Amino acid sequence: MQRIRWQLLVLVLVVLLLLAFPFYVAQPFLQRTMILVVMWSVLGLAWNILGGYAGQVSFGHAIFFGLGAYTSTYLFTEWGISPWLGMFVGAGVAVLVSIVIGWPSFRLVGHYFAIATIAAGEIFAVIFRNWKAVGGAVGIYLPIIRGDRLIDYQFQEFKAGYYYIILAMLALIVLVTYRLERTRMGYYLKAIREDSEAARSLGINITRYKLYAMMISAAFTAIVGTFYAQFVLYISPNTVFALAISIQMALVAILGGTGTLLGPIIGAAVLIPMAEYTRVYLAGRAGGLHLVVYGLLIMLISVYQPAGLMGIYREWQHKRAARGMVNDSLPVATAEGGADDAVA
Amino acid sequence: MPLLEIEGLTKQFGGLTANHNIHLQVEEGEILGLIGPNGAGKTTLFNCITGFYPPTRGRVRFQGRDITGWPPERVCQAGIARTFQIVRVLREMTVLENVMVGAFLRYPRVEEARRHALQILEFSGLIDRRHELARNLTIANKKRLELARALATKPRLLFLDEAMAGLNPSEINDAVAMVRKLSEQGITMILVEHVMKVIMPLAERVVVLDSGELIADDTPENIATNPRVIEAYLGEKYRATRAIH
Repeated sequence: MQRIRWQLLVLVLVVLLLLAFPFYVAQPFLQRTMILVVMWSVLGLAWNILGGYAGQVSFGHAIFFGLGAYTSTYLFTEWGISPWLGMFVGAGVAVLVSIVIGWPSFRLVGHYFAIATIAAGEIFAVIFRNWKAVGGAVGIYLPIIRGDRLIDYQFQEFKAGYYYIILAMLALIVLVTYRLERTRMGYYLKAIREDSEAARSLGINITRYKLYAMMISAAFTAIVGTFYAQFVLYISPNTVFALAISIQMALVAILGGTGTLLGPIIGAAVLIPMAEYTRVYLAGRAGGLHLVVYGLLIMLISVYQPAGLMGIYREWQHKRAARGMVNDSLPVATAEGGADDAVA
Repeated sequence: MPLLEIEGLTKQFGGLTANHNIHLQVEEGEILGLIGPNGAGKTTLFNCITGFYPPTRGRVRFQGRDITGWPPERVCQAGIARTFQIVRVLREMTVLENVMVGAFLRYPRVEEARRHALQILEFSGLIDRRHELARNLTIANKKRLELARALATKPRLLFLDEAMAGLNPSEINDAVAMVRKLSEQGITMILVEHVMKVIMPLAERVVVLDSGELIADDTPENIATNPRVIEAYLGEKYRATRAIH
């Protein structure tokens, strides 16, 4: 009981710190980095629903990111439709495309699924590079709107406006993931990841559940795509449909720990500042060095800790629990087990 | 009406005929033994009935309904559950979570699935291990878990693929007791084993597969003395040497 109260206190504290962030950190570079950290947390969590919980590793999520960015931007620049509305249209488009991609490619397992998603991603990049109506390879510039009104989805002076929008998205996807872990679908996705044949023998329609996971994943990725377009005010196939986007989405989740709620957030909190700092401080002298660091990180994780940073934390927890067991009397341990049954 | 009816089932993999024109009926409440030497086509027959392979020819009827070619998840939803010859537990999930995944089929809500799963774990003697990761169990407990998970789907018919293989004598006794308990609860069972000794005291009826053909369908006593069965198990040489003596 005490442990739960303690956790609640930490949670409230973290939320307050996050909400107050723009007020105690005014430096533009730090604010921008923080926005990117939160943005990549949302993207990592979105990827995690399909790649982590359901175990279907995708390297094509830039498709949904790009579709979100392009849909809202096109609707806004051509027809004057609010990006807030365009964001949901973009999510709808991404969900439809995720079904079209998922339906045939979910017949493929493991590496072959990953390869199919890379191919699909490249197809979209090529299409948009050659699609004149949406700006071709040049892309689209969004008009600057002054006044910093929330309804415009643009903030020229008060940059923290972007921060609060992406923070709200983070809150939403954390809530969705938290609920997912505690419903039948969450259990089913894990079962599919662990052994899809065994899952089928237990009455699980694996294609349907993988599709559900992909649809949720695609929708969240697309709304972040719209956010990115509004934040940067310029989109092009080489930025929003880039394979690098897909890879980085997977990377933040894998670094932090796939199939966990906190993993992708931790992954983004470690990876993004590192990328930003190396980019800024080494630019010109050693351009692309952050990519070398990325590569080293991937190698280190896959060799030493495939479960990611959350894996390291869990091991530490287990060790601590094992030490604690010696001191604790047995009845306490069983009471705790019973409580787990009731609560979890 | 028999619970399960197999009519002229044939399964070919390219040029290889793994099952040839098999006819079989299983009555409600029965414990049926399915035996045969390695490579006789027992697991293939299992896979054809439970939806993992589509049969090349023939029909499978369950409770009078034609389920030929249904995918595994639909077969399970209809009331047929199975275990695997090589255990397939959900390794990174706990024992309780494994059984809950099965229970969700009939209890979509988490609390109800958990309650049902705990009952089944109590019944199958795994309750004390419910918070352990499935990968950390012994092979005997993994098999027990697989059975518990299959039971959680509330099957009418249960296929056990070599549930006793690799167990020591006391573990086999436990498994046999479990099969009896399930039978008392009215679950129809088909046990696949290639060790005859395990099947004989349990099954009321035994069918024998050899090279994809059903060569005998009889009581355990008669099966043990059936010359074709002895030949299938021990080979032509055995009969030849006996003839000389």
